[in-house]
Amino acid sequence: MGFFLETLFGGLMTGMLYALVALGFVLIFKASGVFNFAQGAMVLFAALAMARFSEWIPGWLGMAPGVLSVLLAIVVSILIMVGVAWLIERLALRHLVNQEPITLLMATLGIAYLLDGFGPMIFGSAVYSINVGMPKDPVFILEGMFEGGVLVSLEDFYAAGIAAALVAALTVFFQFTKTGRALRAVADDHQAAQSIGIPLARMWVIVWSVAGVVALVVGIIWGSKLGVQYSLSLVALKALPVVILGGLTSLPGAIIGGLIIGVGEKLSEVYLGPMIGGGIENWFAYGLALALLLVRPQGLFGEKIIDRV
Amino acid sequence: MFYRENGQFKTSYRADQQIFPILQDRVAVLLLLALAFVAVPLLASDYVFQAVLIPFLIMALGALGLNILVGYCGQISLGTGAFMAVGAYAAFNFQVRFDGMPLLVSLLGGGLVAMVFGMVFGLPSLRIRGLYLAVATLAAQFFMDWLTSRAKWVTNNSSSGSVSAGPLSIAGWKIDTPMEKYLLCLAILCVLALAAKNLVRSAIGREWMAIRDMDVAAAVIGIRPMYAKLSAFGVSSFIVGVAGALWGFVHLGAWEPAAFSIDRSFQLLFMIIIGGLGSIVGSLFGAAFFVLLPLFLNYVPHWLGLPLSTATATYLEHMIFGALIVFFLIVEPHGLARLWSTARQKLRVWPFPH
Repeated sequence: MGFFLETLFGGLMTGMLYALVALGFVLIFKASGVFNFAQGAMVLFAALAMARFSEWIPGWLGMAPGVLSVLLAIVVSILIMVGVAWLIERLALRHLVNQEPITLLMATLGIAYLLDGFGPMIFGSAVYSINVGMPKDPVFILEGMFEGGVLVSLEDFYAAGIAAALVAALTVFFQFTKTGRALRAVADDHQAAQSIGIPLARMWVIVWSVAGVVALVVGIIWGSKLGVQYSLSLVALKALPVVILGGLTSLPGAIIGGLIIGVGEKLSEVYLGPMIGGGIENWFAYGLALALLLVRPQGLFGEKIIDRV
Repeated sequence: MFYRENGQFKTSYRADQQIFPILQDRVAVLLLLALAFVAVPLLASDYVFQAVLIPFLIMALGALGLNILVGYCGQISLGTGAFMAVGAYAAFNFQVRFDGMPLLVSLLGGGLVAMVFGMVFGLPSLRIRGLYLAVATLAAQFFMDWLTSRAKWVTNNSSSGSVSAGPLSIAGWKIDTPMEKYLLCLAILCVLALAAKNLVRSAIGREWMAIRDMDVAAAVIGIRPMYAKLSAFGVSSFIVGVAGALWGFVHLGAWEPAAFSIDRSFQLLFMIIIGGLGSIVGSLFGAAFFVLLPLFLNYVPHWLGLPLSTATATYLEHMIFGALIVFFLIVEPHGLARLWSTARQKLRVWPFPH
């Protein structure tokens, strides 16, 4: 039982991180109808910026590395992500308004390639570490209930807390602010939104910036866990089935989808893996998403897809 | 001036329905074929065969297959690498498990197995489409990555996980020099490209295009979506599977699962975007572009006297590809093929503008 719970917790924590990446997808899809394949590349780019600036800033300003320098690095990274968002809107999306979703998807694939090349070129391509002072010690919980308790990492708990806060903030933003409403209108129909006076260009910059900030959060959490390296951009591929499972248009769906995939992955690896050769983590999520798609094409919480001819 | 069709009257339905209705085109294609089959083998060096021509031919074949699915039938696929892997590993298994299996039969067998695999993973396309389908085809990719690296029977219990094709020969013809390999690939590409061209301009090709343009409307006018979509998946996967088998057998010789990773899928998709969606000749342009650009990026700094490190060159290549994809989608969504046909149209009416 203790082992099962440990696997379960491990899965929940990984799931939370998948959910964060998935959140970036859902944000952009909700607000612009673009399925942003570049989210993974943005995570890598943001993490690289964060890792390098937290190294460089103390040197430039002649201060000791500490809370202040980390905060400064975060601010600089956020500014960079906003700049990236502005450039993407200016150079790519502005010219692709009202195009087919598939065209936009392929454009984001191109952007992903661009960022994947650009990031390492200016920031270097070694493995970097991010240290924002999150505690890394493992702790035992529920010791009263089981012998030996359940081993969890404190870092994961913080990460999960940050993720939950982020989701809450974004939900409020989308539901209750004027900008959020405008974003939802844009997602519904570009043309209609434009015709009632919503500035499309500014909306897209806003939502891509928000997605960039989410990418930065993911980059910091994953980066401080695993180090900043190219494989970070592959977490996006992990998050795809999460979005499909939860529904492309639902923020809570991304979270719940992430948790289901995280737990499913770990449990299947531990209990099902040995039977068919192990290493099934990588495609299990896709299998799960595929099976659900056949029954419920819009995902668990997505809006129903209606075809009009 | 020479590219005129004045006086070329079509007096039969046959003449009206030729692939190349203009005489000059037919002459040009024949000249091109003569060049490819006779002049190039006489002139090119081994390096050119191995680094440029053979990868180009095989990638062109793969892009052709993918273009049928994405460009003609509108079903986006990100699992092309997996379909190539199925072709390569199936052909390998045919070779090692059946003694004296002819090479061509193995290659075609690889294509057929890929076809079945493609149709199975094409089944979701009956219920989902667009972005969702793209993710569904990724499932094929990850499943194949896992199968080829974990399942022992796929690699014939090879201890290192890599497999090797061994010497190639067709009916006594030993294919061991790069020139002979080139000729084999060229012949296969020509046959399959001709078949594909004829398919897309026949009834089934029109069904695919109707499904692409609007599948509900196509169903209303009596096109069976299941039949059209699955046949597109089948034909496409067959060609991609043959390309995969050739990539493994002819180009690599020995390969590991990583040879058919997700990067390969993206590369093929980029080729058809840059070359031109829904165009057979566009697949060739895209593949040529994709093979030549890295070489170009390697040589240009040398000529200019700017030494570029390998890492920088790789990143630069990434960036240029990414930028080009966005550029093409914005400026010319129909790719190089559209530029080509615009140029031909201009030439036809020259010196008049219309």
